[in-house]
Amino acid sequence: MSGKLTVVIVEQNRDRAIAIVDALTETGDVDVRVIGSVSGLAKQIARHDPDIVLIDIDNPSRDMLEELTMASGPLERPVAMFVSGAAGGLARSAVEAGVSAYVVDGLKAERIKPVIDIAIARFQILRQMRAELAETRRALEERKVIDRAKGLLMKSKGLQEDEAYALLRKTAMNRNRRVADVAEALVTASELLS
Amino acid sequence: MNAVPLTAAYMPLVDAAPLIVAREMGFDLAEGIALDLLAAPSWSSLRDMLVFGHVQAAHLLAPVPVAMALGLGGIATPLSAISVLSANGTVIGVGTRLADRLDSLGYGFDFRDARAAGAALARVADDVLVFGVPFPFSMHVELLWYWVAGTDLAARRVEIRTVPPPLMAQALAAGDIDAFCVGEPWGSVAVDDHAGALLLPGTAIWSAAPEKVLAVRDGWVEAEPDLLNRLLRAVWRAGRWLARPDSRTAASEMLSRRTCLNLPPEVIDRALLGTFAVSTRGEQRHVPGFVEFFDGAATFPWRSQAKWIAHRMAARYGLDPQLAQSRAAGVFRSDLYRKALQGTGAELPGASEKVEGALDGPTAVASARGRLILPRNQFFDRRIFEPDS
Repeated sequence: MSGKLTVVIVEQNRDRAIAIVDALTETGDVDVRVIGSVSGLAKQIARHDPDIVLIDIDNPSRDMLEELTMASGPLERPVAMFVSGAAGGLARSAVEAGVSAYVVDGLKAERIKPVIDIAIARFQILRQMRAELAETRRALEERKVIDRAKGLLMKSKGLQEDEAYALLRKTAMNRNRRVADVAEALVTASELLS
Repeated sequence: MNAVPLTAAYMPLVDAAPLIVAREMGFDLAEGIALDLLAAPSWSSLRDMLVFGHVQAAHLLAPVPVAMALGLGGIATPLSAISVLSANGTVIGVGTRLADRLDSLGYGFDFRDARAAGAALARVADDVLVFGVPFPFSMHVELLWYWVAGTDLAARRVEIRTVPPPLMAQALAAGDIDAFCVGEPWGSVAVDDHAGALLLPGTAIWSAAPEKVLAVRDGWVEAEPDLLNRLLRAVWRAGRWLARPDSRTAASEMLSRRTCLNLPPEVIDRALLGTFAVSTRGEQRHVPGFVEFFDGAATFPWRSQAKWIAHRMAARYGLDPQLAQSRAAGVFRSDLYRKALQGTGAELPGASEKVEGALDGPTAVASARGRLILPRNQFFDRRIFEPDS
């Protein structure tokens, strides 16, 4: 898994976009893309699959991003940040509410940095949660396969459950493979033969 | 007496009129509040301003607080719709490409018959028909899906995408969308920009749809019951003023200002008058009750309206329909509306729920003073919606 954070900036003004790109690049390992035209915005953003979308709070196209957050679900949605001078007070409340929206005053690099840091921290928590979820799912799947393999051995060789598991483990050790892999091979083979 | 300052946010649209009129005509000061109005750049920003306490009240799409109560859309702050601000007021239009094809089909653009419009559009649409709407939770989305499902369009692949209203004409020209459903004046602007033609008013799909609400945080309801009453009365008086025919010119002028819509009053006037240029050839169509701010208890927040929205959303998002309706019912606060308007001369209905879609013409109903006539309330397919009790 790449540790690089992908940031998409929605900004039509070229100079402002460059200023933000510079500020972001200073903060470290980020992959920055700029979208200059809001035509088909949701599609353009989806193509980049960013971790963070940066858009001015005064940009009416922000509503186009709502679709993205709905399509991807609250956990997976890209973090959207809104840069503005006027609405500063919204920032902290938004962050505290767990909404993926941050508001920064102005476009100065030193103002963007802390927000990016928060975003990175959030991103890492999110990524860890995703990884844990995937791991749990995988473990569950493997348990099911091992149970099925045990059942097959018990039935065909008249073994007790612990004996069946011991046999699976011994085979795995002899062949230098994981128990789950041996179990899967057995289940597949038995499906082919039945 | 010093007026208490109260900040409210709105989207620059014709149906933001009650808030704008309340301030411009001094209905706020008469209630001892001083409205400070903020124009929001987008619906999501407006929602965030309200949710995070940047403003105390907001002009909001009626389905937004309902969606939030159903846990849709990410933010879960409970909001109360203390009044409906307007009924109806949207238009459906098509881009020039589809308009030309409809023309060559001999379609008459009657701006009235939703079933025929759906059939004609289904004949000329490409593989995918993409509609632009202002926001994923909006009456625009609800009306479109209701219409699509009940017409020949049901057999076509239809997609709905979010496009900010001022960019609708541009999105049509760029081919991002084929058609749209939007609040006025943006449909008329698309026609004037030669970007498309108008196909139907929202009223052709549902003649009595709650369009925008006045929303506040539940916490604010508890904390400021007196301010809430004053705000509600000021906005109700603004609606009553807007309903007077001789107010129209002044209202158009207020909305046309640079700080609000920044468009010629003539474009805004079409919605208030209900008379539209449906194509660039200048064909005119009249729609009675195109947008309603007052008459027929238009601003009463019927719990059945919230339930209708929830019932549609529950079906689309796979939620429990009964639970959705009961959660939504608590969002439309007919109780607060009654309390605030007691003794103002407002004609308050006897019930807080009704069967939606069951009135084929203006109908007298039970009310506090016995003079309430509800307008026609009909869906284009004549189905009726009985809310869960």
